[in-house]
Amino acid sequence: MTLLDVKSDFPLLNQQINDHSLVYLDSAATAQKPQVVIDAVSDYYKYDNANVHRGVHTLGQRATDAYEGARETVTQFIHAKDSKEIIFTRGTTSSINIVARSYGDAFITAGDEIVLTEMEHHSNLIPWQQVAKRTGATLKFIPLEVDGTITMTSVKETITEKTKLVAITHVSNVLGTINPIKDITSYAHDLGAVVLVDGAQAVPHMAVDVEELDCDFYAFSGHKLGAPTGIGVLYGKAALLNQMAPVEFGGEMIDFVSLTSATFKELPWKFEGGTPIIAGAVGLAKAIDYLQTIGFDKIAAHEKALTNYAMSKLKQLDGVDIYGPEERCGLITFNLTDVHPHDTATVLDSFGVAVRAGHHCCQPLMKWLNVTATARASFYVYNTFEDVDLFIDGLKQAKEFFGDVF
Amino acid sequence: MSFNNLDTLYRQVIMDHYKNPRNKGTLDNGLTLEMNNPTCGDRIQLHFIIEDGTVTDAKFEGEGCSISLASASMMTQVVKGKSVEEALKLSQYFSDMMLGKETDSDGLELGDIEALQGVQKFPARIKCATLAWKAMEKAIDQEDEA
Repeated sequence: MTLLDVKSDFPLLNQQINDHSLVYLDSAATAQKPQVVIDAVSDYYKYDNANVHRGVHTLGQRATDAYEGARETVTQFIHAKDSKEIIFTRGTTSSINIVARSYGDAFITAGDEIVLTEMEHHSNLIPWQQVAKRTGATLKFIPLEVDGTITMTSVKETITEKTKLVAITHVSNVLGTINPIKDITSYAHDLGAVVLVDGAQAVPHMAVDVEELDCDFYAFSGHKLGAPTGIGVLYGKAALLNQMAPVEFGGEMIDFVSLTSATFKELPWKFEGGTPIIAGAVGLAKAIDYLQTIGFDKIAAHEKALTNYAMSKLKQLDGVDIYGPEERCGLITFNLTDVHPHDTATVLDSFGVAVRAGHHCCQPLMKWLNVTATARASFYVYNTFEDVDLFIDGLKQAKEFFGDVF
Repeated sequence: MSFNNLDTLYRQVIMDHYKNPRNKGTLDNGLTLEMNNPTCGDRIQLHFIIEDGTVTDAKFEGEGCSISLASASMMTQVVKGKSVEEALKLSQYFSDMMLGKETDSDGLELGDIEALQGVQKFPARIKCATLAWKAMEKAIDQEDEA
């Protein structure tokens, strides 16, 4: 198949690392930024910068229009019903923490259950451990099958009438597993639980429709889809968000203030205390425009072709352990036999190939895999078949190098 | 970069310590200290016996990359039989070496640790090399407080 040809849109990728052309295979950690996003942020600061929702001057209006326009872009992007359901945050972690603090502390009590899976990123695990500690609720985990997927049978065995909240990742950042969110949401709702979805690894790669998924909360980060760091989104159903108290108090989120009390703004602003992340929102809107212009069907096909190609090449090498299911989203987690992933990554880096090595913020999942750490190559719109070839060449070198010294 | 640079990092003596670690195991008596590198998951457990201000025995167990385990092997080897004061001096020497600072061995017996000098050119790996040394400092600290 013909892949997308957009590498030249990403200025960072055009550089030498350790005397080799950079091959960036760490997009699951953070994606590189297209020039249009860099320009949008730069232009915002050059021409439109002002604080939002205050003052009457022209720049203030332009900044407000840009910021609220970005909220409209996100609303349409994930098919939310209303822009008041879109809250700008610092990122996925921050979005999940808002729900844990605001919804969790108010609506979860001793004896309730919070259901997670064994594949959650620390950002969708630790906030719930803390809620359990504060409220006396119990954490339960949907177990994984041998291939790193979950089945609806396990889902049904784990979620009960005591379950108040299900928090689950859409796509695993280690295994690449795509979870059946729609079915889980439907089952959880029948038993009266609300569902939060960690979409950090899904939104960059697939068209997400929160109305179709029918989830109650959906969290994601901008930086993994080409926007700047420090901007993210919490989607929540208005009926729930309206019942929830703000988490951060101060300027911007207030209605009337006296010396001893205050009332708060409506959605979404009651959750956006302080000067918001205006330039970040502008960059996020531009990154979304950029991806939508390419088209998510093309992005998905591109990544699938790259992943399949890399998988077939990896399987031809001896001594490579690959983790995760056959059907996966844009990444391959692996280890070379008898070579620690740090050492693999250092050798790859010496050939200009950037991969992640470590526990990927998933220590319990590493334990489940029975490893202390793994290496991970992740793909995005700008990667090419040649990138995969250079990655495989690098792995051969690593095997040769460590084979020699042993 | 070619294998030349990698050879600087992974010298034969490092690989030898990685593959044939010295002082690997546990000690029944003495003090135990576990330390991990939270960014990567490397984990090291040190067992020290300190008698009258001297490290009379040192062993380690752990999971990690070649650099962190080789460093632990070299560390236990070089501090065994040394006074606590000398062990801390060695740790300072090692830390300075990692940071590329001017070092003066000042009569210290360095064992194999200079083989790790190449790590300073790989900033992302310095934490791997210093893990065992940090654990050793903490173990001595705890012994002082006891």
